[in-house]
Amino acid sequence: MVHLTHLQSLEAEAIHIFREVAATFANPAMLYSVGKDSSVMLHLAMKAFYPARLPFPLLHVDTTWKFKSMIAFRDRIAEEYDVDLIVHTNRQGLADGIDPFTHGADYYTHVMKTEALRQALDLHGFDAAFGGARRDEEKSRAKERIFSFRDEKHGWDPKNQRPEMWKTYTTRVAPKQSMRVFPLSNWTEADIWLYILKEAIPIVPLYLAAKRPVVEKDGMLIMVDDNRLPLRPDQVARQERVRFRTLGCYPLTAAMRSGASTIEEVVAETLASRTSERHGRIIDRDENASMERKKKEGYF
Amino acid sequence: MTPGNTSSNSAIAEYLRQQEEKPLLRFMTCGSVDDGKSTLIGRLLHDTKLIFEDQLAALKKDSRRHGTAGDDMDYALLVDGLEAEREQGITIDVAYRFFATDKRKFIVADTPGHEEYTHNMATGASTANLAVVLLDAQQGARTQTRRHSFIASLLGIRHVILAINKMDLIGFDQTRFRSIAGEYRAFAEELGFRTIDIIPISARHGDNVAAPSQNMRWYEGPSLLSALETVAPEDNGVSQVFRFPVQYVSRPNAEFRGLAGQIAGGEVARGDVVMSAKSGEVTTIKRIVTADGDADLAGKGQAVTLVLDGELDISRGDMLASPENPPHVADQFQAHVIWFGTDPLMPGRGYILRTETDVCLTSITDLRHSIDINTFVRQAARSLARNEIGVCNFSTQTPIAFDAYKDNRSTGNFILVDRSSNLTVGAGMIDFPLRRSRNVRWQALAVTKKSRSALMNQRPCVIWFTGLSASGKSTIANSLETQLHAMGHHTILLDGDNLRHGLNRDLGFTNADRVENIRRTAEVARLMTDAGLIVIVSFISPFSSERQFAREIMAEGEFIEVFVDTPIKECIRRDPKGLYKRALAGEIENFTGIDSAYEIPQNPELSLDTMLADPETLAKRVVDFLAAR
Repeated sequence: MVHLTHLQSLEAEAIHIFREVAATFANPAMLYSVGKDSSVMLHLAMKAFYPARLPFPLLHVDTTWKFKSMIAFRDRIAEEYDVDLIVHTNRQGLADGIDPFTHGADYYTHVMKTEALRQALDLHGFDAAFGGARRDEEKSRAKERIFSFRDEKHGWDPKNQRPEMWKTYTTRVAPKQSMRVFPLSNWTEADIWLYILKEAIPIVPLYLAAKRPVVEKDGMLIMVDDNRLPLRPDQVARQERVRFRTLGCYPLTAAMRSGASTIEEVVAETLASRTSERHGRIIDRDENASMERKKKEGYF
Repeated sequence: MTPGNTSSNSAIAEYLRQQEEKPLLRFMTCGSVDDGKSTLIGRLLHDTKLIFEDQLAALKKDSRRHGTAGDDMDYALLVDGLEAEREQGITIDVAYRFFATDKRKFIVADTPGHEEYTHNMATGASTANLAVVLLDAQQGARTQTRRHSFIASLLGIRHVILAINKMDLIGFDQTRFRSIAGEYRAFAEELGFRTIDIIPISARHGDNVAAPSQNMRWYEGPSLLSALETVAPEDNGVSQVFRFPVQYVSRPNAEFRGLAGQIAGGEVARGDVVMSAKSGEVTTIKRIVTADGDADLAGKGQAVTLVLDGELDISRGDMLASPENPPHVADQFQAHVIWFGTDPLMPGRGYILRTETDVCLTSITDLRHSIDINTFVRQAARSLARNEIGVCNFSTQTPIAFDAYKDNRSTGNFILVDRSSNLTVGAGMIDFPLRRSRNVRWQALAVTKKSRSALMNQRPCVIWFTGLSASGKSTIANSLETQLHAMGHHTILLDGDNLRHGLNRDLGFTNADRVENIRRTAEVARLMTDAGLIVIVSFISPFSSERQFAREIMAEGEFIEVFVDTPIKECIRRDPKGLYKRALAGEIENFTGIDSAYEIPQNPELSLDTMLADPETLAKRVVDFLAAR
């Protein structure tokens, strides 16, 4: 008898999901956010279709406020993995000068991420989009199906989700409707790290501790990635040994003080952690149930 | 749980290896709303150190705002993640939670208790290998306890842990515990669970949840967590036979053609002989391809790409299997169905049927019966409403490959999709194929029904008497045959009681058996009209759907439904065989008119009121009706 470990079970489940989408949707894409979950998702997708190339492109929604090293990593990976990469930015939002400071994190996220995403999906007519969200991240995510239906306006209706029985997935959508598909639904943060370690998956170096220039803003450590970050006259960036537990737009992503400079040490630290991962995401704390609201609007 | 204070890299590596090697158990929790389900999950997460500090802080805040636990933490708020759920204080949809111990990793599907969200409960149950059924020791087993146990069983869960909660509120009373446990075992007997562990707990105080309780030294079994760690998680169904539903054909270039899929049963080794279920063609496995290199052997649950020896026409929806033990391939089968649609299930209507990898059009040819999920009683049904369960015969436009659900949960399941809305309206668990029409060709005959009946100088037909027991059907039928015989007609009388001595001797009086009883009789009646006879049928035949079935298989105008209309009071008074007396005394179950329904014909060709005329006169009216045709 072949017995699978929990990581092998999760891997097989994800591979099955990738193939299911490739077999049943006309025009799928993978949302690639450059973070660790995207790295794992891409790795699993490559495994699912081996020895063939990925039968769908990666889509990166670039808010123009991502860490510089994320963009460098993205371009390197696209080349090394030989995948098609689509980068989309909300040009209107850019022209309107929407930034995370003057307009508030919430509105900025809506325009530069949610709206940008909807634009990109409409522009390319994708009928299925993979996302790297996990159910352990947040409690409205814990309720979401693996194949999660979106209406013509990309909206999610959490009260009327299609039943999802076994792994016999419902894959039929009408024109303009689409499916968000989450192959990592049943993975936990610890699983992601264990898998990165086991499979030696490349990740953005920001996940490992190093000396970086940071300032304190609203009780959070923010890395000064370029000169666009508004600082008080008396504020100076100081070098601290930090790493990031999640990655997003640099002004909205808090660093944590850490000495974990290898993946092994990160895993050990993660398994011992007493705070959740999204603790470092500023946009999730705006209000109770903010994630559910954003998802209803079309956010991943 | 934590790697401790060790700083050596090899210790970390060893610890990580242990984390990696853990097997996975998926289970569900269910039970009535106030039985403490969410508190239990909160307790499990808490005791396995899975609630983070910031989540705990948010929970404290939430508990003050929405909570129902007074000054205590309301763990339900941790699990009920949707705004509507927090506002209404109920669970609407299934939530998935994750925790781990040193031995195993767990995925918990926390399912809603309300009957209207049964479809969401089924969603959680479909991927679970074990169910934790929670009940309140003060209340004992309730309707929901039975309903949830039934659905768990229906969806193939073979391991149950009954957690009798709130033991602290009954003073940790062993006698009460034993009586609830005994009661549960008694009714769960027919549900076919392989293991039933019954554990007295207090979720609120942690007794017997993660650690043995000091308050119940009389209980010698495992704690809930330790039971979860030891129950065999696999072996759902007899899934040891090789099954590979073909999911995706990988053809990156002219040299490579692989069949990708997840092994749904058994194992496969390089060089094994396998068969395409649909075509019956046999070949050997040339390579087992994975991104980590070719494998010699792969087993159930693994997602691989198989390269076959030789070019076979195999596509998505087909199944590779061991040739000694292939799956069924059929276009007709019986299945249990849970209905999710807001519009009821309709026999005869077309739906899209989706197995794990195959898709085709289907319709329900026969809704055999529904099952009351609170009492497990079978009842005749013409449709299924949302959240109802029934047993149906299906006919698909093209044959599909499958196993019985009890043998393999992956290859025995399907969903039903509405053709216009694309909504998932039902889920099915296949029982067995119906071999009715497979490989059977219609044989053309030289002598026809027309020539046979011409020789007899009569027009064949079926005169179908329906009515309550003791309504007078047989007496009138007898008189009718006597009169027709005297007129020189060729007749046969099929009597319900007489057929039950022979052809139908294996059938009882459950609704399902009644349906089959009528189906056989209708088929026999049709054969006899083919022989040119005038067929007189005298059957209670209580359900209109079966009378409708009988009508539909006869030629147009050859089915004459005669309702023998006698009030139930009069039937009870007559009672020539003493059956009503016994039924009313509870000695006979499923007796029509007493505890089983009689559906009055809506549009019979004739209706005979036995209170107004004697049997001979009524029979003469049938003769007149025939003559007037």
